[in-house]
Amino acid sequence: MKIIEIIISGLNIGVIYAMIALGYTMVYGIAKLLNFAHGDIIMVGGYAICVFCAMSGSRTFFFVSIVAAVIICTVLGIVVERVAYRPLRGATPIAVLITAIGISYLLQSLAQIIFGSAQRYVTVPDLGKIMIGSLGIKWSTIITLAASVIVMVSLSLFVKYSRIGRAMIAVSEDRGASQLMGINVNIIITITFAIGSALAALAGLFYLLQSPYITNTFGAMPGIKAFTAAVIGGIGSIPGAMIGSLVLGLIESICDTIVPIAPYKDAIEFSILIIILLVKPTGLLGKVRREKV
Amino acid sequence: MSEYVLQTNNLGISFGGLKAVQNVNLAIKEHQIYGLIGPNGAGKTTIFNLLTGVYMPTYGDFSLCGESLVGLSQEKINHHGIARTFQNIRLFNNMTVVRNVMVGLAHQPEYKCDLLSSILHLPRHRKTEYAMRERAKEILKIFDLYDERNAIACNLPYGKQRKLEIARALATKPKLILLDEPAAGMNPNETAELMDTIRFIRDSFNVTVLLIEHDMKFVSGLCDELTVLNFGTVLAQGKTDEVLKNPEVIKAYIGG
Amino acid sequence: MASIFDRMKKVRWDHYIDYILIAVFALVLTVLSMTGNLKNSSAIIVEKIAISMILAVSLSLVVGFLGELSLGHAGFMCVGAYIGGKLSIALVAAMGNTVFAVIISMLVGGLCAAACGFLVGLPALRLKGDYLAIVTLAFGEIVKVIFQQSATFGGNLGLGTPRYDKRSFFIIELITVIITLAAVQNLIRSKHGRAITAIRDNEIAAKATGINVTGYKLAAFMISSFFAGVAGVLFSFSNSTIQATKFGYNYSIEILVIIVLGGMGSLRGSLISAALITLLNEKLRTILTGDLAVMKDLVYAVVLIAVVIYNNAPALKSFRDKYNLRRVFDKIRNPKQDHAFVRDDDAAWDRVPTKIKMDELLSVDIVPGNEFTPDKPSKGGQ
Repeated sequence: MKIIEIIISGLNIGVIYAMIALGYTMVYGIAKLLNFAHGDIIMVGGYAICVFCAMSGSRTFFFVSIVAAVIICTVLGIVVERVAYRPLRGATPIAVLITAIGISYLLQSLAQIIFGSAQRYVTVPDLGKIMIGSLGIKWSTIITLAASVIVMVSLSLFVKYSRIGRAMIAVSEDRGASQLMGINVNIIITITFAIGSALAALAGLFYLLQSPYITNTFGAMPGIKAFTAAVIGGIGSIPGAMIGSLVLGLIESICDTIVPIAPYKDAIEFSILIIILLVKPTGLLGKVRREKV
Repeated sequence: MSEYVLQTNNLGISFGGLKAVQNVNLAIKEHQIYGLIGPNGAGKTTIFNLLTGVYMPTYGDFSLCGESLVGLSQEKINHHGIARTFQNIRLFNNMTVVRNVMVGLAHQPEYKCDLLSSILHLPRHRKTEYAMRERAKEILKIFDLYDERNAIACNLPYGKQRKLEIARALATKPKLILLDEPAAGMNPNETAELMDTIRFIRDSFNVTVLLIEHDMKFVSGLCDELTVLNFGTVLAQGKTDEVLKNPEVIKAYIGG
Repeated sequence: MASIFDRMKKVRWDHYIDYILIAVFALVLTVLSMTGNLKNSSAIIVEKIAISMILAVSLSLVVGFLGELSLGHAGFMCVGAYIGGKLSIALVAAMGNTVFAVIISMLVGGLCAAACGFLVGLPALRLKGDYLAIVTLAFGEIVKVIFQQSATFGGNLGLGTPRYDKRSFFIIELITVIITLAAVQNLIRSKHGRAITAIRDNEIAAKATGINVTGYKLAAFMISSFFAGVAGVLFSFSNSTIQATKFGYNYSIEILVIIVLGGMGSLRGSLISAALITLLNEKLRTILTGDLAVMKDLVYAVVLIAVVIYNNAPALKSFRDKYNLRRVFDKIRNPKQDHAFVRDDDAAWDRVPTKIKMDELLSVDIVPGNEFTPDKPSKGGQ
């Protein structure tokens, strides 16, 4: 029973990471930049839910707040891309990275100005538990798992079979060539940011379902962890991000249950990242890109 | 010492089962200018990459002056005496011209200076630094780049960048220098000048030259011997004028 | 007398101006401190500035010159702070709180950090760019967690370390800044530094030119982390407790921001921006209190984004070229010079007062009768 619990909680953390990691990995694959502000978009989504939930309290309004959070984050993602990243297209990666860090600071300090630095309680509805034998599973966990699976499957299908999805693959392979083939690269990158940010909003929601407290640095650690997961899976690869996240989630839940190593949880996860990268420098599913000599 | 500077023995490589290059046997004598020609995708640059250690050969081996260099790292191969230029120019773009050449000089024993004496700016450091700079200037004079010695490399015009790349390769004091399409993008005047320069460096630096080129005038005017590649295999080999008359070669180039 | 003047004229002052300024600054502060005119709070700010400078200069070596992004510089500092701090407790008990205790701790802390730099450098040989960045980030977090959890190093409460005398510690720190700067600057201006910059500019060409890329990457990582470790030890001496949480990812980013704002690959820029940003941080911290404190971060973020976009956006390139500060200065100083060319940098070596026989140093035998002419490659070869 214990093992099943560990696996379920691991999967729960894993799919949340996956939602965030997908945003990282898609943006990296298509726009070739590390969006370090991604974690803070989760935070914005969380605050959006927080505000809308506080405004009403009824359960139906909760769903409205989810939609609102997704829309706000999507718009935010698009705006950030437009204002901060588009002017830097073609600049050195490190400049883009620093801008991303600047955006991250900006969002965090804005959130602190508006909501204060104190932790806030978010009135997400308590969905209760379901008992299967002696095993108690939270409904929120089941919803999280189900929703993420649906999202991930539909995202994979979208990328594989839709026109826009195929354009995304083309842009990630060769931006210049796809531009010549008539793909509007700017729109594709905007769409990528929009999808990534929408997923981040959902990740924020799932986090709040787990523990309903939020601060302005709410997204920082999940952001870094999800980034780690994306790298473990091979950054730029969508299935890689999912696998990496699940691996990381399971490791985390295993570490949590073994008391003496629980405080070293983060260190263990990061060590595993380093080991995986040493063995396979492009992550589990990453493609080797050889520079042509 | 064998009589050949470079000798390859059934050299070949395959990528995922695809044989990019196979059974290449080159034998280049000292002081020769040797040409490697062939249609696009024939595997010419791949051979360069094999000879400089960018790729490990799947089959066969190659040796420089009788010493096998297979499996050595790129910098080790360079230290043994093979230097190269690249098809798409690869300079140290943010450094001055003279420093580009000085990078090439760095590993030679006469300019030895360990890390610590550099950090402490000991007299040894100053001496080697001075000597390297003088030597670099000498080399730049040969290539008519002396006046631009303090320009940033990426600001040079295309033809001069090509020359600088050759200068940098020569600074590593190679026995064999590989030139990958040295005349690409040059006008006829520049090409003619380059031919003179290549002959001159062969004589004054005492190097053997292996070059890839598409410009037939350039090749026929400069090369002593040729190897023609097609689809990764040797199509013809021998004295330049004989090879260029070979009907197989003409067919491969013109198509048919 | 005249010869001394001549020599003075020949010294390249722009090479030494940083050292001189820091030394003068240190001297003025020392006098102020000895006459009792230096407030403790000012001394502490100077200490912080010095630590930022050391960190900025050392990170600059890896990011600005080697061209590898490191997000774990604070991790190396953490190693230095804890190991040096632990050692300093014993040393201070044995020999008192003296300069020697500081120096020994600095060396040991720095070497331990350099050993960690070696470990982080190893993956750097296989990984590139973003992947390496995440490894350095991971390293920083691992170090933080380990020191935070280890009972020997005080656990969550932090490690209590001896505090050096407030009135004079900044002198030691400023001297260390000068040493760090000299070491990194000398390295950059040597053939090893050129090799490191060559790796940044074009790794493939660097390998083909015979540069031992592996060795130089490791060396750069180790030297950089050595000085980060030294900065950590200084940090432990200027605080009575050290806590691992201080050395997280955010601190690494802060150092990175300093060198990006100072201009990548410019040590002087790093120094200036380290001083300004640290000073501004400290001043704003005292002026803006309570909720206003957040405004500092907001302004910081906006300025950061604006500066990076201004400096890097391809669309603004022509604008930048026109209104570039350095170019404006150069124009005033020397209006005729073509600015695609840098100033004649072999001047420094032309004046080296050693006699060297060039013929012995020439490695290539030039065939007699075929000496090159300075301007044209000889027609037709031999």
